[in-house]
Amino acid sequence: MIEIKNLTKTFEVANGTLDALKDVNITIHDGEIFGIIGMSGAGKSTLVRCINMLERPTEGSVIIDGCDIGRLSAKELRNKRRNITMIFQGFNLLMQRTCLKNICFPLELAGVPKAEAKEKALELLETVGLPDKAYAYPAQLSGGQQQRIAIARALATNPQVLLCDEATSALDPKTTHSILELIKEINRKTGITVIIITHQMSVVEDICTNVAILDNGRVVESGAVSEVFSKPKSDAAKRLVFPEGAEEVFAESGNEPRIRVVFNGAKAANIPLISQMAIDKGIVANILGASTKAIGDRAYGNILLGIPGGKEQVATAIEYLGAIEDITVEEV
Amino acid sequence: MLDKIFSADALAESIEILQTEFPVALWETFYVTILATAFAIVLGLPLGVLLVAGEKGGVLPLPKGLMNALNVIINLLRSVPFLILMILVFPLTRAIIGTTVGTPASIVPLVIASFPFVARLVESSLREVNPNIIEAAQSMGASPLQIICKVMIPESVPSLISNATIAITTILSYSAMSGIIGGGGLGKIAINYGYYRYKYLVMVFAVILLIVLVQLFQSIGTKLATKSDKRLKTKRNTK
Ligand SMILES: Nc1ncnc2c1ncn2[C@@H]1O[C@H](COP(=O)(O)OP(=O)(O)OP(=O)(O)O)[C@@H](O)[C@H]1O
Ligand SMILES: [Mg+2]
Repeated sequence: MIEIKNLTKTFEVANGTLDALKDVNITIHDGEIFGIIGMSGAGKSTLVRCINMLERPTEGSVIIDGCDIGRLSAKELRNKRRNITMIFQGFNLLMQRTCLKNICFPLELAGVPKAEAKEKALELLETVGLPDKAYAYPAQLSGGQQQRIAIARALATNPQVLLCDEATSALDPKTTHSILELIKEINRKTGITVIIITHQMSVVEDICTNVAILDNGRVVESGAVSEVFSKPKSDAAKRLVFPEGAEEVFAESGNEPRIRVVFNGAKAANIPLISQMAIDKGIVANILGASTKAIGDRAYGNILLGIPGGKEQVATAIEYLGAIEDITVEEV
Repeated sequence: MLDKIFSADALAESIEILQTEFPVALWETFYVTILATAFAIVLGLPLGVLLVAGEKGGVLPLPKGLMNALNVIINLLRSVPFLILMILVFPLTRAIIGTTVGTPASIVPLVIASFPFVARLVESSLREVNPNIIEAAQSMGASPLQIICKVMIPESVPSLISNATIAITTILSYSAMSGIIGGGGLGKIAINYGYYRYKYLVMVFAVILLIVLVQLFQSIGTKLATKSDKRLKTKRNTK
């Protein structure tokens, strides 16, 4: 378990100080894939770098399995870092070493015998699906392949935690997806805890179970992905979930009663719900506003409907729509 | 004047000198350059590493006073003109070699003059290493010494080789200059015959040979640097 407690990081800058992180508290459980999402400059990289003490927090602590890693000596910290490895947006492979040697690198640092290291590296090349690239140099690989090598390198010391700082931000959507699939698979097989730093919603949706939204150095919302994404409360979360500012756009409406249909990950993304209701119940609802988002085949967000007719019609509509799984309906 | 320089007699005499003295002179210039460069690298490489690793925010921060002192010493040594430096280090040369004249003796001032330069070249090579790669190594638990030996130096090998080429060609031209104060080699021939005895043709030959040597070192250096660089995509390295 990783406990980030009251973490504050203040940088000295030219014209004073800059609070990159302000009293951040996050708990991440073993085996979880935890997303930390936020806009550029929100402090995500600073936060993840505090987790392995590449950046020393100004205040607060990071406790991994009961061990306050801020209190370790330089040597103890170096040992601990073999347990919390990291992949980066820019891959950061050693360009003058072959892929095999890159994967051996952390083992070499740890003093693992050469033959043993090589065996492990070859095994990891299989895991990441690039067994034929052992003797290729990073410059000869595509970005996605380089990130796979970086993942293999990060896994070489059998870490408990994998930190991913914008690991897919330099990749196209398809490659991003395949890298995320790989991380998911590794998580499933080894039980490694994964912390994903990203500014892309799609990444969190794709892979994370829990998420914390970081805005201007503070955690403004956190919880299960479906929860946070279906009912974003903070402005920062709303901006992320509806990047086009698709806050509810209301159509002019008469004084007909309104109901709000909330999608909490309902599998309804592809069902023409409203038309179906018209057919089944004869209720021709007006869509007054909508801010929904399809995540995979699931829908999040809400729709505001105007229901013509009387109280009875409204009750019928509420009952009809409310019966569908993961949809809640309320009168407004 | 010109017809005198290129007269048949002068030509014959020059060729005579060329045959008798040039092989030795060429050899002297060659080994002095190589040895002086080797010693300059032995001193300059660690110093260059300290300049990068030791600074604030480097992988092995050293006391600010020490860093300032290093920089001042390097700048001082680099600002003394080579001719004057050669004379300045006479006592040191005598202490090490036993004499201040002759070919081996010229190695001492050459090394003193060039190791600060080499240190600066090494510094600039090491600064080219992507800091993110260094940070990645830190995130994997690399110690400062491991970062220097396994990341900074190996990652900058191509640049180090091309800078070593710059160093060797510079030292070659310094070594020619050392002919003035008793150093051997092509420089000595050029000065003795060309300057003191007006045998321009001999001097021209000496200069041509120096140019050839520079070209040789430069092209070997460039080839090695390119060959060692695994970042170049065009050349597929296979094993
Ligand atoms: N070493 C530093 N010195 C001074 N300020 C810094 C330093 N590192 C980061 N900052 C500042 O801290 C804030 C957070 O930066 P950080 O890199 O953590 O953002 P981020 O969320 O990772 O952004 P991005 O998505 O662009 O990578 C920024 O305002 C940045 O300018
Ligand atoms: Mg960042």
